[in-house]
Amino acid sequence: MYDFTPLIDAITNYLNENFSPFWAGTISMVLLGIVVLMFYAILGLYLVYAERKICARMQNRMGPNRVGPLGLFQTIADLIKLLLKELIYIRNADNLLFNIAPFIVIVASIMAIGAIPFGKGLQALDLNIGVLYILAISSMGVIGILIAGWASNSKYSVIGAMRSGAQVISYELSVGLAILCIVTYAGSLQFSEIIASQQDGWWLFKGHIPAVIAFVIYLIAGTAETNRGPFDLAEAESELTAGFHTEYSGIKFAFFFLAEYMNMFIIAAVATTMFLGGWLPFHIYNWQGFNRIMDFIPPVFWFFGKTAFMIYIMMWFKWTFPRLRIDQLLALEWKYLLPINIMNLLLIAFLTLMQWHF
Amino acid sequence: MALLKTIKEIGKYFYEIYDAVTSSVRGMMVTGSYFVRPSTIVTQQYPENRDTLKMMDNFKGELMLIHDENNKHTCNVCNTCARRCPNGSIEIIYKKVEGADGRSKKILDKYIYHLETCSFCGLCVPACDEFALKFDQKFELAVFDRSKLTKVLNMPGSSSKAMKE
Amino acid sequence: MEETLLDIDLKDKEEYFINMGPQHPSTHGVLRFEVCLQGEKVKYLIPHCGYIHRGIEKMCEHLTYPQIIHLTDRMDYLSAHINNEAVALCVENSMQVEVSDRVKYIRTIFAELTRIASHQLWWCAFGMDLGALTTFFYGLRDREKILDIFEETTGSRLTQSFITPGGLMADVHPNFQKRVKDFIAYFRKKLPEYDQLLTGNIIFRARTKDIGIMSKEMAIDFGVTGPSGRGSGFECDIRKIAPYSAYPFVKFNEITFPTGDTNSRYLVRIAEMWESLNILEQLVDNIPQGSTMLELKAIKAPKGEFYQRVETARGELGVYIVSDGGPSPARIKFRTPNFSNLFVINKLAAGHKIADLVAISGSLDLVIPDIDR
Repeated sequence: MYDFTPLIDAITNYLNENFSPFWAGTISMVLLGIVVLMFYAILGLYLVYAERKICARMQNRMGPNRVGPLGLFQTIADLIKLLLKELIYIRNADNLLFNIAPFIVIVASIMAIGAIPFGKGLQALDLNIGVLYILAISSMGVIGILIAGWASNSKYSVIGAMRSGAQVISYELSVGLAILCIVTYAGSLQFSEIIASQQDGWWLFKGHIPAVIAFVIYLIAGTAETNRGPFDLAEAESELTAGFHTEYSGIKFAFFFLAEYMNMFIIAAVATTMFLGGWLPFHIYNWQGFNRIMDFIPPVFWFFGKTAFMIYIMMWFKWTFPRLRIDQLLALEWKYLLPINIMNLLLIAFLTLMQWHF
Repeated sequence: MALLKTIKEIGKYFYEIYDAVTSSVRGMMVTGSYFVRPSTIVTQQYPENRDTLKMMDNFKGELMLIHDENNKHTCNVCNTCARRCPNGSIEIIYKKVEGADGRSKKILDKYIYHLETCSFCGLCVPACDEFALKFDQKFELAVFDRSKLTKVLNMPGSSSKAMKE
Repeated sequence: MEETLLDIDLKDKEEYFINMGPQHPSTHGVLRFEVCLQGEKVKYLIPHCGYIHRGIEKMCEHLTYPQIIHLTDRMDYLSAHINNEAVALCVENSMQVEVSDRVKYIRTIFAELTRIASHQLWWCAFGMDLGALTTFFYGLRDREKILDIFEETTGSRLTQSFITPGGLMADVHPNFQKRVKDFIAYFRKKLPEYDQLLTGNIIFRARTKDIGIMSKEMAIDFGVTGPSGRGSGFECDIRKIAPYSAYPFVKFNEITFPTGDTNSRYLVRIAEMWESLNILEQLVDNIPQGSTMLELKAIKAPKGEFYQRVETARGELGVYIVSDGGPSPARIKFRTPNFSNLFVINKLAAGHKIADLVAISGSLDLVIPDIDR
């Protein structure tokens, strides 16, 4: 009912008929770029707003409520402030790397958005190795963080960057293995096919307990990969003042900040796609009327609803737990998550082999 | 024996996982329960509730000299408050006038209060035998100019009750 | 010139120095640690104090005894009331006068409220140090109730200056008893939440257990008192050893934990909040009648030397007055708890990670203006 494929096809056909292939490609790329960038900026800002509101509610506060109704324009005002702020020049910093680092971080997260399916046909890149693409791109951001820490010529920054490096390298494994569990179930690395395989039930429900375990591990490892609390060791406000972005100001800091929130969105979106059926509506077996009503809700709403729920859980983590120490963080990964994950993957492979999932 | 130890270790491993999950969930329940109860919000909306905001009875705002409806205060220039003040925030300037009985008498000319050096210790108020002083309920004391913090507490045209006409 | 670590030429190239403070989120004020690190491991550190030295002791020599009170508020601002009490008691003892039971009871109630308020603020700041940001708001939310009680009676929230040699500045507000009772009931409900949120948390336990172990001997050697010392099993509660004010009239336990790590220092404070609630409950209903101020001709300590110690929220505060019989002291010395508690940090943090240093300094509950005075 809500299929975006004809719309996208119509645009593509129109461009192909009226322009030479080169220009058609260029225009479609520019259009796509603008759409993704707008989406990125607006979503990033409102994720910041959402986090401030959610944490305020958890802490018996009101949260931002001065700028606009319910404080809705607060983060936009913040962005304008950050845009107008002076970019502080750091003496003895490696200028080229210092300036390039925020862009690496933000480009990595923009690139990852391209592969996320927001609805049927509403996907910029439906690669046949979409899962691998996301995993590869999302771990690129850490290069930017490492560069930022190194180039700032500050000890706090270096410590933060090294922590971040160690953290992302180890938690990348758990994220990958947890996703592999679903890939094993679905038998495909393509996002559209993984979603199609959940037509009769989300993997979280029909994947038995191993899928639930994989989901929890993915959630923990995903939170760690985005450098968010309780795994925000790279920033570690009370220890390293601000970690890798101590020396950044103005819009360059805003880039790091936005990228953190968008990474969180990407992690949540991938979790939605892999475990919660992506943009598919919630169906209960044999309840025809209920299923019909659910079908009326557009898939984009389903996708964003599920993603928002995942994001809420990640924020809930952050505002409840104390921060781990670096050795405990690594112990958690290598001593707990990774062995459990590997056993889990074996179990899932066995289940798939025996066709025991629904 | 070694086997038993291994089993114990494995048991400990799984207990730790169980412990981690339950303690985390317990913590999340606290924050989660506040999230779903907006009635627990404790912050006040300050500029909006300005009209209804009432300070506590004994609140120590800035110092004031009590004037009655006839614009009279009870200060008799004994200077005790100025002597009790640890920071020298109170300066009393008096002038001498001829009293009704022919003897010269001190009357208050200016009661100067330096808000910028006041530390609100509250020694001056009980020091006054005439109960001429009290702390106001005003709390918005910030100004843009330092000179505005030096205040004259006796109102223009006011006179002392102790003075006989 | 003060010699600093930064002047030392390092032979081991793996080591480096980092300045924590005077502006740093976890030092809670203008304290500076010069930390020698190897990777993330703390080799040793030197605390530097003096960034907020105001010369309070010297200023006191020019002030009369009632005026000194308001300066003691500004030493350890989180236990302002107990500081006031220390000076007042010292002067009263020197004059050999005794205040009425009513004053004693009210002073003790205020002191215990101050202790709870201080521990609450410590709890939220400690949670912040460890990265649990929500604790900060819960602690402050509950502390607000106590500050309201203070404000209603004394007129101030932080620097009350309510106790004066010879009694109190004023009588308590008529609502006082009701408010205190309400608070006891309220806080009894909220304290288990603190445990749920932080004490029981697996990350919290992993971050604090076996970190920064201070043996009892070490605590005695460094003069670490208060909850930090009692966390090492050092029984140093002045309320028990040398009871003053209304403490002889109440039953309470001295809380000690034997292990001496960061977690036990934490548990001592949580248990002390419970114990303070018990003390309050015993006192608040039984405030006797009486005058709140002694009729004294002049508040002057006679010629001689006088010492009085009290238990603040952070440890033993000693007031030492040398008097020449005048209205102001010839010399006054404050033995502040934080000054002694600070310098043990080098022994505790060496060998731990930089994140543990933050946890340890948080668990010592340092208030920087009290160190420098």
